[in-house]
Amino acid sequence: MKARTMTRHFRESLKSLGRNGWMTFASVSAVTVTLLLVGVFVLIMMNLNKVADDLENDVEIKSFVSLEADEATLAEMETAIKSMSGVESVNYSTKEEELSDLVLDFGDEFSLFEQNNPLLDVFYVKATEPQQTENVAKEISQLEGIEEVKYGEGKIEKLFTFLNTGRNVGLVLILALLFTAMFLISNTIRITIVARRHEIEIMKLVGATNWFVRVPFILEGMWLGLLGSILPIALIVTLYYNVTEFAQPKLSGEMIQLLDFAPFIYQVSALILLMGVFIGIWGSFMSIRKFLRV
Amino acid sequence: MIQMKNVYKKYPNGIVALNGMNVEIKQGEFVYIVGPSGAGKSTFIKMMYREESPTSGQMLVNGIDLAKIKRKNIPLLRRQIGVVFQDFKLLPRLNVYENVAFALEVIEEKPEAIRKRVLEVLDLVGLKHKARMFPRELSGGEQQRISVARSIVNTPKVVIADEPTGNLDPETSWDIMNLFERINASGTTILMATHNREIVNTMRHRVIAIEGGLIARDEVGGDYGYEG
Repeated sequence: MKARTMTRHFRESLKSLGRNGWMTFASVSAVTVTLLLVGVFVLIMMNLNKVADDLENDVEIKSFVSLEADEATLAEMETAIKSMSGVESVNYSTKEEELSDLVLDFGDEFSLFEQNNPLLDVFYVKATEPQQTENVAKEISQLEGIEEVKYGEGKIEKLFTFLNTGRNVGLVLILALLFTAMFLISNTIRITIVARRHEIEIMKLVGATNWFVRVPFILEGMWLGLLGSILPIALIVTLYYNVTEFAQPKLSGEMIQLLDFAPFIYQVSALILLMGVFIGIWGSFMSIRKFLRV
Repeated sequence: MIQMKNVYKKYPNGIVALNGMNVEIKQGEFVYIVGPSGAGKSTFIKMMYREESPTSGQMLVNGIDLAKIKRKNIPLLRRQIGVVFQDFKLLPRLNVYENVAFALEVIEEKPEAIRKRVLEVLDLVGLKHKARMFPRELSGGEQQRISVARSIVNTPKVVIADEPTGNLDPETSWDIMNLFERINASGTTILMATHNREIVNTMRHRVIAIEGGLIARDEVGGDYGYEG
């Protein structure tokens, strides 16, 4: 295909958009509505996923050190824990620090205990993978000088199962929605092409090759996808900008955070754009196939 | 130019349209194809530009064997022949100029050459001043003249016309016929299926009558022959 023919195809596809008027409008609207739905859904699902990650990553092992342990044993224990596989971080907190945390959380009444602190020194241990928490905890509990280990046993397993189910359900929903979107958009494009099958036949009878007929239609599908993704992207960017502006100050310092505006929203925008363009091209390509047999 | 040997055509529904047809048409001839409806006229015409393919037999158009032509080469065949249809078959979304230019765009002609040639043929059919109008804004006769312009714009050796005056009133029919005469005078072969007795009997040319899928009569300068 010569370059001037490609130029011609581009020109024709744009001209056809204008001359098709209402058909173009109908297709672009269908693409817009569907992509908006997909976009909002992706925003919600990705953020729920982030919340799930945050919840999981908040899990830590609280290892109480027995009173008999001296300075040397403490140091030994710390290196021992650090060398375990699956341990991400170890934080040591003396019983004095523990008490002041308690006072901070529950009030001055607890400062009475300063005379005779009943608390123990603690190692806070985080596992690299939340799912490894249980194993790491067991290993720590076997160390000499460890009085007790707590990590929300029983509760975190349930939490993990729940979060995983949630993630899978979300993934299935997103895939189902993407599939519906593809079906909807390519169907709209099919209707516009069916209405023009007579033209395709004429082009073939005048000596056009399949590609000569096909390319302008495919380009037109691409424009439809492109035009249809403008509004959803604009709306989603605005929406998420306002959500993050509103929510992030309120969530500062909390363990649950929303995904940051950038680069997340740019990725979602790119996804929407690519989907629009891809479905437009694919829809045209598939719809035109059977009318080319002239 | 056009050669048929024992061409046989059977449609999937069992109807035999051509029953072993033999014919030869030379370069520069003007041929009328006449005969009752359903006799095989349309099939005969449609085979020329490969809208239908022969079930068996040999068929050569411009040196191309239509019984063996590959699907991807069909466009190349169609570029060598001009076709005029009863229902004009203009592209409704393209204006007059673009409709004619389309036949040159498919052969990837240079834009300047396209422009020059399209205006030339539009002038020939007398519709240069309506180049920017759309088919729906034109009368039937004008649309058919555009269709003729499109068929000759890439200077084919043969123009096939399937009842080109079938949808036109008598007066406009004569305009179209005069156009064909001029095209034929420049050396182009014309093959025209028609039901129009008056035209056949006035502008005398070779007449091939098809009946029951066979050639019933083939005479140069013959008349229409069927009672109206």
